[in-house]
Amino acid sequence: MTGTLLVGIYVFVLAMFVGFEVITKVPPTLHTPLMSGANAISGISIVGALVIAGTGGSQLLTIIGFVAVVLATINVIGGFMVTDRMLQMFRRDRGGEGAS
Amino acid sequence: MNFDLYIWLAYLLAAVLFILGLKQLSSPETARRGNRIAAFGMLLAVIATLLDRQIIDFSWIVIGLITGSLIGAIMARSVKMTAMPQMVAVFNGFGGGASGLVAAAEYVRHMGGAQPLTADLGISIMAGTLIGGVTLSGSFVAFAKLQGVAEAAATYPLQKTFNFILAAAAVAIAVFLILSPVEPNIYLVLAGLALVLGVLVVIPIGGADMPVVVALLNSYSGLAASAAGFVLSNNALIISGALVGASGLILTNIMCRAMNRSLANVLFGAFGAGAATGAAAAAAGEQVANPVDAEDCAMMLAYARSVVFVPGYGLAVAQAQHRLRELADLLEARGVDVKYAIHPVAGRMPGHMNVLLAEANVPYTQLYEIEDVNPDIANVDVAVVVGANDVVNPAARDDPNSDIAGMPIVEVDKARHCVVLKRSLNPGFAGIQNQLFFLPNTRMLFGSAEKSIADVIHEVKAL
Repeated sequence: MTGTLLVGIYVFVLAMFVGFEVITKVPPTLHTPLMSGANAISGISIVGALVIAGTGGSQLLTIIGFVAVVLATINVIGGFMVTDRMLQMFRRDRGGEGAS
Repeated sequence: MNFDLYIWLAYLLAAVLFILGLKQLSSPETARRGNRIAAFGMLLAVIATLLDRQIIDFSWIVIGLITGSLIGAIMARSVKMTAMPQMVAVFNGFGGGASGLVAAAEYVRHMGGAQPLTADLGISIMAGTLIGGVTLSGSFVAFAKLQGVAEAAATYPLQKTFNFILAAAAVAIAVFLILSPVEPNIYLVLAGLALVLGVLVVIPIGGADMPVVVALLNSYSGLAASAAGFVLSNNALIISGALVGASGLILTNIMCRAMNRSLANVLFGAFGAGAATGAAAAAAGEQVANPVDAEDCAMMLAYARSVVFVPGYGLAVAQAQHRLRELADLLEARGVDVKYAIHPVAGRMPGHMNVLLAEANVPYTQLYEIEDVNPDIANVDVAVVVGANDVVNPAARDDPNSDIAGMPIVEVDKARHCVVLKRSLNPGFAGIQNQLFFLPNTRMLFGSAEKSIADVIHEVKAL
């Protein structure tokens, strides 16, 4: 096992703890936006997909990279947008009542 | 080198913004800002990546980004709030699929080499492929179930054994691939096996257990991103994936506790397969429920001091959230104290009811958790159950032999009166008859929730 993998595991375990600490405080009323928002964050693999699609390797690699970019972008854009759409509906009182 | 340093710093900043964004999601006041902070972090990570000098050809990238953005934006804008669980399931699948493909690409890059992969890389790639594949296909099965295409739990003999053998085979193939030189065909078998496993693991799970499955797949999509991070030795991916993994696990755990069942029981229990239905329905045959019409129901509500609404999945199916709010407004105008009691597993995903009611402009300050409602429920004049069943079944509390024994419920049976809006007396998802329907202080208002509430609104206005 090399140093890089070990560092990666350290980072992973510590980030899990950060995640538990931060997300435990999210109230049940926001659980759906939490899921869709967290889901958008998991689209971070777009970073890897972009490099694969643009490195100009074999044709197979470019295709894999392209598909991965499309999937990850749907995940990211769709995830953040739908979360925003949901969150704008949450309100404390009746103020600004328009849609019904 | 210097340039690379900036890219890595940008990744670090992105990871920090994700954490800050998630932190702000802990209050409805700041949540929207939090989501935007996280989105900004993502934008930063993407821009930093595009500056990477490894990238020499932007044509496919641009096409991919535009295509993905368009599809994502259209889906996000057009989806109905009632269909949110399906939407999240599909996005989970896409995220998992993208991470799996990143792992696959790394394997392809090493094709033609005579040497085995290094153990580190091999483990990361296989983990990414397996988790990504399971997430992708599992999410689409979940989507089909949530969409109502294949709602019921599908079971067959020796299901668990078969799945276990398949999973063991996948692990064995993964180990073989790590130890041997690059074998594209066998790798394809592994990827295919991962997809099959994803399908087989989700099909035995019934519709109402979907909150658990969606939360768990959410967690998987995070773990898949982490695995892709290990493949690329990119800490930003590892951190982000771990955050999502943690989030999904917390929600999974909350959902399981809200049903008083273990995760293993949800995943392998094939709950709701319908085994108990016959006996329960037969036993219920002798009992008589007390029906009520819209006019009497309107009287009960309009002259009550306090009313608690208990929404369930039926509210979503009937799209009755706007009507319900309209009724609540009328009652409030008459001086009735109105609350909503939200059970954690009401609906098809964590927080499903909250989003629906928010869409109908119900202030979130009126939404209460069961532990806030139950202590005072004896003082509630009327509890109105709208499209919920198992989450208000007193058997969970009173009958230790019930399938849902120990599951926390909204104790509407202890309210002074209880009105249940329901299509018929059919048992709920768990296939368990609900004694609540036959209690002396319970009234049944039969019909679709949307229609029933509309009728009650009409009658309240006429008073």
